[in-house]
Amino acid sequence: MRVNVRLFARLRDIVGSAEIPFDATPGATLVDVWHALVREYPALAPYTTAISAARNADYAPLTTALAEGDEVAFLPPVSGG
Amino acid sequence: MSRYTLWMHPNVGASVRPATIPRFAVGREPLDVDALTRSVADTAPGELGAVVAFLGMVRASNAGRRVLFLEYEAYEALALRALERIDVEARERWTGVRLAIHHRTGRLNLGETSIVIVAATAHRAEAYQACRYAIERVKQIVPIWKHEYFEGGDVWIEGATAEPDDDTARAEAMNRACV
Repeated sequence: MRVNVRLFARLRDIVGSAEIPFDATPGATLVDVWHALVREYPALAPYTTAISAARNADYAPLTTALAEGDEVAFLPPVSGG
Repeated sequence: MSRYTLWMHPNVGASVRPATIPRFAVGREPLDVDALTRSVADTAPGELGAVVAFLGMVRASNAGRRVLFLEYEAYEALALRALERIDVEARERWTGVRLAIHHRTGRLNLGETSIVIVAATAHRAEAYQACRYAIERVKQIVPIWKHEYFEGGDVWIEGATAEPDDDTARAEAMNRACV
């Protein structure tokens, strides 16, 4: 199943791309996708305990199961204002 | 159509009242405090007695660094939802409060305004509180990031892990608002 992963701020810098198509196994959750990303980009590892995640532009727990075509986003700690 | 003709078209005249702007927005355009104030105050003339506006501006020093400029990045679709969530939370606490929040993205130089929050209520105490609550919540749950460029380097500023359902964080924002 194909999902679209969006990355922001320093996560985007680490991966070198704001948006990457990602092949996930059927039934994969947000945290599964995150761990797969960390395997590919080990510099992401320190963010494992600090990220938030979103599915289809809505905050979602990391345990959320994904579906084909979902937009997934991983967000480092925020600093707006 | 000549440029002159276009310029003289009555719909382009400066006297035309600007269209109502959305109360919640994230984007690259410079912020307009007056327009945002009207967007809340004009909705209920006579009911509102107090309007408090907060402006966040780019400061020249941060954590001992000499800041040159900031670049703000946002996950716009989610940021908009988060701003609307703050509105819902504020109305739960301050019945009748009218809130508006615009956040700017892209490069901002020193002294430029990055965020405007307007809170309007019947009485001033609630307007101050709701405005303070809103900025505290923006810093907790709105997916926007500052990339700071300073003399000697650059750094992404990372504040709070965004957890909108974290009641402890929400209570902390409420405490700061209601000191």
